[in-house]
Amino acid sequence: MSFRCLVARDLRLAFRQGGDAAMVAAFFVLTVILFPFGVGPGPELLQRIAPGVVWVTALLAALLSLERLFLADYEDGSLEALALMKLPLEVQVVAKCLAHWLVTGLPLTLLAPLLALLLHLEAGGYVALVAGMALGTPTLSLIGAIGAALTLGARRGGVLLSLLVLPLYIPVLIFGVAACEAAAAGLAARPHLLLLAAFFALALALAPFAAAAGLRQALE
Amino acid sequence: MSPPLLPDVPATGFAGRDLTCRRGERLVFAGLDFTLAAAGALVLTGRNGSGKSSLLRLMAGLTPLEAGRLAWDGIDVAEDRAAHRARLHFIGHADALKPTLTAAETLAFWAGMRGGGGDVAAALARFRLDRIADTPCRFLSAGQRRRLALARLVASPAALWLLDEPLTGLDAESVSDLHAAIAAHREAGGRLALATHAALALPGATALALGDFAPTADSGRAALFEWDAAAP
Repeated sequence: MSFRCLVARDLRLAFRQGGDAAMVAAFFVLTVILFPFGVGPGPELLQRIAPGVVWVTALLAALLSLERLFLADYEDGSLEALALMKLPLEVQVVAKCLAHWLVTGLPLTLLAPLLALLLHLEAGGYVALVAGMALGTPTLSLIGAIGAALTLGARRGGVLLSLLVLPLYIPVLIFGVAACEAAAAGLAARPHLLLLAAFFALALALAPFAAAAGLRQALE
Repeated sequence: MSPPLLPDVPATGFAGRDLTCRRGERLVFAGLDFTLAAAGALVLTGRNGSGKSSLLRLMAGLTPLEAGRLAWDGIDVAEDRAAHRARLHFIGHADALKPTLTAAETLAFWAGMRGGGGDVAAALARFRLDRIADTPCRFLSAGQRRRLALARLVASPAALWLLDEPLTGLDAESVSDLHAAIAAHREAGGRLALATHAALALPGATALALGDFAPTADSGRAALFEWDAAAP
């Protein structure tokens, strides 16, 4: 009940303010479009780098919105009040990550195949790309929540957040790209997707506790 | 099996014994006791920095206890932190409002987070916010924002109210609204602790003056700073 209430509030805030989600999607699209200009429009090269470009850009786009994940609630005092609700802070972190994923990770996942088309991705790679993004982007939100909680109250928290979180994104990047490349080359993408699912399960089990501990530290 | 009753606290009421609070390196207070009877009110007074807010945050469980313990009806609150959170309302300095949510949506959200059962319309009426119920919070004045924050108290029931400077920015009429809300809360057996500089007439309230705690041996730094400040 209160879990749904928190997700609904965060979604409503995201739709009313509108800026964050649209900015993330626009950043994703524009940055991917830059690559053909940078490396030349030759389809062979673009085809080879397509999975990597889409995934790296998605990581950076997801990172853009992370700083605001807890910052607004922290600044206006809502976080203090939320910490005093009966619903444990760990569960509230999951609720906020779910809302964050719905407004950033999900649009990125839906946009990814369109952008891959632009980069001439092999026909076999699309399903694995979307499946990998669907499994990987929730992990990005959960890991990002740890960084967002730890950098609350820090000066230039956004830069610090990137430095903390990007190294932790590497496993998701490696297996996300590997799944897409394997499928494009006609090999099995399943092992890579299973590993992405395992990362998601691990992040879902551990990240809420780490993020909640960071939030409590910030509130003391 | 229910947890054991603590020996030196009343069997009904909210009490703290031997509380110590440290903020950074500064010892704010040490060895502080308070007792808040059922339907009682505790008014914290003291100069700026004497630890009124710190004590309220300690009571809410936002700051961990450095030493001492808190008991609710004779049972240590550390036994069940979730139950303690569920029984209290804490209204701090910040109003916790979102610029794009309306007053009614804000109250409905907080009441929903506390598990529902609240009456949002009654809370809006109590603090005369019904006319601006559908106004986004970014258009509210400072006093209206404060009243909306206080309306959370009425929008969902809680046994313990912890209010930090609730009168800031309120006009005379709103102060009497708050008085009425507090009286109704205490009539229903609710407990209340508040920090204030302004005179607030609460019948049967206990006053607790903070800032009378002499620095002890382990707070040599604090003692030194105070001596420096006193030197000509």
